[in-house]
Amino acid sequence: MAETGRLKAPASAGGWSALPLKRRVLLLRVAIIVTLVVVWEAVAASGLLFRDVVPSLVSVGKAMVSILTVADHKVQLFGAEHVIPDFYRHLWVTIGEVMTGLAIGGFAGLTVGLLLGANPFLSAAFERFLYYLGPAPKIIFFPLMIMWFGVGPGSKVAMGTISCFFPVVLSAASGVRQIDKVLIRVGRSFRVNTWQMVTKIYLPAMRQPIINGVRLGLGVAVIGTLLAETKLSNQGIGFLIINSYTTFDMPRMYALLMLLFVVSIAANALVGRASRA
Amino acid sequence: MTTGAATRRRLVWQQLVPIAFGVACLIAVIALLEVLIRAGVINRFIVPTPLDIAGSFGRLIREEHVGERFLLTCYEALGASLLLTVFGIAFGVLLHRLRLVRLATETWIAAMASAPLVLMYPLFLVIFGRSALTIIMMGFVSALPPVILKTLEGLSSTRPVLINVGRSFKLTPSQLYWKILFPSALPTIFVGVRLGMIFALINIVGVEFLINFGGLGQLVNELSERYDLPGTYAAICFVILVSVVFFVVTERIEKWLRPGA
Repeated sequence: MAETGRLKAPASAGGWSALPLKRRVLLLRVAIIVTLVVVWEAVAASGLLFRDVVPSLVSVGKAMVSILTVADHKVQLFGAEHVIPDFYRHLWVTIGEVMTGLAIGGFAGLTVGLLLGANPFLSAAFERFLYYLGPAPKIIFFPLMIMWFGVGPGSKVAMGTISCFFPVVLSAASGVRQIDKVLIRVGRSFRVNTWQMVTKIYLPAMRQPIINGVRLGLGVAVIGTLLAETKLSNQGIGFLIINSYTTFDMPRMYALLMLLFVVSIAANALVGRASRA
Repeated sequence: MTTGAATRRRLVWQQLVPIAFGVACLIAVIALLEVLIRAGVINRFIVPTPLDIAGSFGRLIREEHVGERFLLTCYEALGASLLLTVFGIAFGVLLHRLRLVRLATETWIAAMASAPLVLMYPLFLVIFGRSALTIIMMGFVSALPPVILKTLEGLSSTRPVLINVGRSFKLTPSQLYWKILFPSALPTIFVGVRLGMIFALINIVGVEFLINFGGLGQLVNELSERYDLPGTYAAICFVILVSVVFFVVTERIEKWLRPGA
């Protein structure tokens, strides 16, 4: 069969179909990117939309280089004063808020998930509340978070926390129920205590569901935190984006959005890779 | 018979007791909050009493036109859902038919699904203005990737035996699609559409809140800016209620489409 295919190939076409599949995929990707760039530049140059709504990619590129390289903020590092681009300070603030929210929400979600998963009565009593609250838009809680935790980073951390709590708790509860019953019986036959059951049986057996929950939780924590920053903040990537909007600096806004997407896709891919390791 | 009826009664009882316990705990927490706020342990200027919140539901309905706002949010969600269903399924079908395009773009679409697309709302404000169109487009764009990916998954996981049966009947490619592939993929496609609709609703209410325009999201924002605390809490409860109803209804439809799942 393979030989027949090979004999037929030169007769059908010399160029495109004779290329290996990987090469064709690569060429198509390049073609799509080139087409998008050409269309973008044509729309930018045509004046069909309001000026600067679709800025030239050159100006977006310049804005990106400026964001990443123009040093305009003084910081104290290892006892010496350094001047770095202000973007990194804002990025650091956002990363700090997201990671703190993820840590608190993840820990709380894991603890509650373990309790619900291990106890069918508690699961039947309370899990439906969490299941139905999960898909509610969390950003509407932001006014309450401002009143409870103030206008500073605390309210953004709280947004990240409540955003990531639900996927982690549901994932952990379902993970406990999927654990092989034999492992639990082995643990009981060794008369291990509750703490040992959690650390030696439950957590190692639930690695995959926990990582999936954290992965989902990270995505929604990023969204919750950044949306809160766009609503009311004076630091963070969300603030930079909304600030570019209010000053109508469109190339800078496009550049910031692109950088944000790259960072969040990379973070998601990193957690995904950790789950496969 | 008697034993069977007794077993059934015991099973129903076993199911009802935890539910009743859950509801009782919820009521107990609400009552405890009421007592703590009245006793001054919790500041009533930060957390209003549950009775005040319950009392402001009527005011919201009369003075804040919750019904109209609810309909506006529904109209935006419906618009985004229609766009999602048409374009999401069409893209999914296209990618299924064009294998090379699928191989070239599937990872990009999956990456888009993990990107915080809703953060593009300032850009959409510039392009479409502060209007319902911005909210609809934001809901549509941020919820599109799961619909495309699930359509693709549904079509790709059609059992080969079904396709072979179709071919043995000498069905044309179009007949093969409409008679075999599409009906077989429909339950999975609906899972994608449902996910997309939930994402769209979340983003629509979120953007309404952020840009202070539209239906229920704007209501929460306006009441919080007026520092009408019982109203804000009541509006949040109303939004949660709407999303729960939406979630339950779409879940029922999904179960109806996938009885074995």
